[in-house]
Parts: sequence; structure tokens; C-alpha cells
Amino acid sequence: MSDEPLVLGIETSCDETGIGIVRGHTLLANTIASSVDEHARFGGVVPEVASRAHLEAMTPTVERALEQAGLRFSDIDAIAVTAGPGLAGALLVGVAAAKAYALGLGVPLYGVNHLAAHVAVDQLEHGALPKPCIAMLVSGGHSSLLLVPDVAKDVISLGSTVDDAAGEAFDKVARVLGLPFPGGPYIDRAARDGSGTAIAFPRGKYDDGTLDFSFSGLKTAVARWVEARERSGEPIHVPDVAASFQEAVVDVLTRKALQACREHGVQDLLIGGGVAANSRLRALAQERCDAAGVRLRVPRPGLCTDNGAMVATLGSDLVAAGVTPSSLEIPADSSLPITTVHV
Amino acid sequence: MLVLAFDTATPAVTAALHDGERVLAESTTVDARRHGELLVPTIETVLREAGAVLADVTVVVAGAGPGPYTGLRVGLMTAQALAASLGVPAYGVCTLDAVAYGSGLSEPFLVATDARRKEVFWGHYEDMRTRLSGPAVSRPHDLPADLPLVGAGARMYAEVVGASRLLDAPEYPFAGALASLAAEQLGEPDIREVVESGTHPVLSTPRPVYLRRPDAQVPAAPKKVGT
Ligand SMILES: Nc1ncnc2c1ncn2[C@@H]1O[C@H](COP(=O)(O)OP(=O)(O)OP(=O)(O)O)[C@@H](O)[C@H]1O
Ligand SMILES: [Mg+2]
Repeated sequence: MSDEPLVLGIETSCDETGIGIVRGHTLLANTIASSVDEHARFGGVVPEVASRAHLEAMTPTVERALEQAGLRFSDIDAIAVTAGPGLAGALLVGVAAAKAYALGLGVPLYGVNHLAAHVAVDQLEHGALPKPCIAMLVSGGHSSLLLVPDVAKDVISLGSTVDDAAGEAFDKVARVLGLPFPGGPYIDRAARDGSGTAIAFPRGKYDDGTLDFSFSGLKTAVARWVEARERSGEPIHVPDVAASFQEAVVDVLTRKALQACREHGVQDLLIGGGVAANSRLRALAQERCDAAGVRLRVPRPGLCTDNGAMVATLGSDLVAAGVTPSSLEIPADSSLPITTVHV
Repeated sequence: MLVLAFDTATPAVTAALHDGERVLAESTTVDARRHGELLVPTIETVLREAGAVLADVTVVVAGAGPGPYTGLRVGLMTAQALAASLGVPAYGVCTLDAVAYGSGLSEPFLVATDARRKEVFWGHYEDMRTRLSGPAVSRPHDLPADLPLVGAGARMYAEVVGASRLLDAPEYPFAGALASLAAEQLGEPDIREVVESGTHPVLSTPRPVYLRRPDAQVPAAPKKVGT
């Protein structure tokens, strides 16, 4: 397989500077520098702070990746970079770096869609994607159901959140509960000591027949519930609130994911994005997939959150598919639609 | 010596090649919103015009600002990554110094560039090569009085600073001037060590000069909730 190209992927759409190196679907390096701690006291990602951190971190993180893979710059055959969607200023740093590396090394550039990369990354662990598959992408900025005939060429949107993303709901609820940012992992942990059925929180768009999501009503319901308890001086059992909130999110997500599989006659479901690291989502999805005879694929948590390996993987698929490389004049596109796999 | 120099810290996206004696090619496009798209083609233009290839470049020099942050980062990120992939050093030069050098002046003056938010980035110069103070960021009417002014930030606020103080000199940090200023320094022995020690008067590591902290509000402390 050593005739497959070596692709270096660059991810800077949010607060992680991620560099990955793959050969085909083999992961050779995955290094990351995160500015998450700098954002924590602001309760959310501050775009200018993230952009500054990307510039600081880029070349050292690339060097570390080359070191990890035991490679030199001259070994790299192609550069892939997240061209969007994401924070405009943050994306721009990665795109500028990618163009400069491509220019300096004389290799092709592939500007890729961050969301399609979250789907593609699973191939590093579980091999080539079945064609087609259903992908559910749940992250800090997105909650989407996708029909994926071919991740290198064709991604079709079936539904998405009409308000908050699932990860955003986790982060906001965590804040209400006084848990650190980003709250997803903390809710996941707290929920292990609580009961998912302790409080009946609302499940938005549960029975509306669409493949869209809504999490803002749920988030507000949790905030109201907590406020009411505080006002009446009653104790609040954080693990129960966390578990019940988490159960509501995960119940809707898995229900709609399986609805999508059914409606499109697809037997393979992939879950990606940061929220796919959630232990209850993984467990309930497995249970429901088993019952429905659907094969489930979820990458390991380290590949679910933003990273460079996912970008390199999609880049590698584009090279293999013979897709024309991107021009060195591509813009960063903060609202790149999911249907545009590469630019 | 073949210096590839560029600056993206003002609305001008500008690149030049310098062989240690003269500017071989320079190309500039003024478009404040498309630095990321324009920079590589501008570099390719000067290489083509000079009949050079990237592999001939021995050093990369970029304007280090101060300047609007998004554009500024494009130039510095490009300089760092290009230099790393070519295996050559990269240096930064204060963007205001390039404007000053381009003026060719031999008497004292101020350089001012647009800092947005009704402010300017500015520096006080003894002559085209010698910065006395700055870079700093101020409202235009807080600039030192009396001295003549150079730069697009001065022209923007001509009514505030007084149109009669404006000098007729290039208002952007054209890369030819940037490259010439850097080339004068690059022959020095141990230049790399001196720059890395942070003591060189003109050259720096290719890192941005922001002068302002990021805008961000620390939200009210999250409420404490019981166990
Ligand atoms: N174990 C977990 N349970 C629930 N949510 C989690 C868990 N781990 C991470 N998350 C959430 O995942 C999100 C981060 O995911 P990711 O890095 O993919 O998203 P992003 O970069 O913020 O957004 P996007 O990918 O949409 O641009 C955060 O909202 C975080 O709280
Ligand atoms: Mg993401």
C-alpha cells in the first residue's frame, strides 16, 4: 500500500490546531494544540483568541506531526485543509498555512469541508465507508443527518438542527449546572451517577416526522427547572439533571438517526463529531441499531473531536478519487454548505 | 541572496523579490478583504517577473504589523510555513518601518496606518531608517503635534491631523521597500542568532505585533448549583 500518497491535513476551524498525516487510510500522526483553556474563562470560544493561538501553534504542531510519523517535509505528497465551515479568522490561518506548505513543497492542495471530514475519519479505524451510509454529525456547531453515497464526492443533507447544536446544548446546560467549559465531557461524567429518568425534560421535534432537530427548548427547560429549584430552596442533584438532560438529547438523536436509515433503506449508520464521544449516545445508538439490524460505526473519542487526521483522511480520499486539486486562491468559507465536500 | 518579502498588514497585498542589491520585481494589489486569496498569486507574479523559482529563495521576510489582525496573520502564517517548507529562515519587519523606508525622508516624521475603530497605528521616526518610538496605537487627534505625517492612516484622518502635515510619499508598506530595508541588514554575521535574541533593531522573528488584547468579555460568574 506504500504507493498510496502521504497526505498532511490541517484543521483550524475552531479552537484546536490539528495536524494529521495519513497514508491512504493508515494514520501516521495526529498532533493537536488546543486553546480551549484560554477560552474557558469566557464561557465559550473567543474567535480572536483562537486565531492568535492557531498562528502560534501551527508550525510547531506540524513539526511534531512529522516527527511522530518519522517523516520529512519532502515525503509529503499532498496538503489538505479545512476550508469551512467554522470561524472565519481561524479558518484563514489554516488555509494560509496550507497554501504556503503546498506552494513551498510543490504539492497539490485540497480544501475540504470540515463536516465531511468528521465523516471520513472513521475510515482510519473501521475501513472504507459503505456506499451509501447514513452519517449523523453532532458537534459544538452542528447537528446534521446526512445521506452519504460517497464521502469524497457526494453528501446529501437530510436534516439538521433548527436552533442549537447538540454540543452547544451540552455546553450551555453545563454552564447552568456550574460545570466547566466545554461542558459535554463533564455532563457525560456527572450523568453516570444520576438517573436518566429522574426528570422528564422535553424532546423537541420528537414526533414531527422530519429529520430535523431542536435543542433550544430543552436547554431552556433545564435552566427553568434549575431556577425554580433554586428559588424554592430545594436541593439540586446535578447528576440527575445531567443524566436526564443527556437522555433527552440522546433519545432524539438516535431515534432520528434510525428513522433516516429506515426511510432511505440504508443498513449502515456512522456517528461523528465531538458529541459522538458521549458514552450514553454510543450505548443507546448501539442498542437501537442492534434492534433494527443496522451496523453502527463510531470512531474512538479522540477522532470524534476536531483533529487534523480527519482532514488528511478526506484529502486522501480526494486524491484517490482523482479529484482536481484546489487553487491556491481559495478563500476560507465560514458557511461552506455540507453538500460542498471540497472547494 | 534572494529575499522574498511580503506584507499584508494594510489594505495592500504586496510582494517583492530582492537579490541583495536591488528589487527584481514588485507586485501590489489593494483589497482590504481578500489578503488570503491574493497573497500566493502575488508571490507567484513576482517570481515569474524576476524569472526566479521558489527554490532560489534564501530568506523570507514579512511585515509583522501592527495592522488589522486577520490580514496580518495571513502574511505571517505564509512566511512561517513557506520558510519551513523551503528550509530557509523567516524574519519579520515592523510594517511601519517599511512605510518609513519607502518615504526616503531624512528629517523627523510620523508614520500612521489605519488601525480601525477610529484609531491609527503609528511610529515616530528620526529618518527613513530610524524609529524613535512606537509602534503604538492611538486616536488620530492624540498623535504628537507638528511633525509631518506619512501613511494611509494619516490621509484617512487628514481633517483631524491637518491636511498641511501630510507628506507626498507612498502610503502603504510596499514590499520593495520592505525587502530593501531587510536586505541592508541580512549580510550581517550571525544575523539569525541576533534576531532570535530579540535585540535586532530592524529584524524580528516572524510573529505578529498586535498592540491590542483580543476583545472578549468575561461573562458573569456561572451560578453555583448544589450537588
Ligand atoms: N463526552 C461528551 N458528551 C457530550 N458532548 C461532548 C462530549 N465530548 C465532547 N462533547 C462536545 O463536543 C463539542 C466539541 O466537538 P467538536 O470539536 O467536534 O465541535 P466544534 O469544533 O466545537 O464544532 P464543529 O465541529 O461543529 O465546528 C463540544 O460542544 C463538547 O461539549
Ligand atoms: Mg468539529
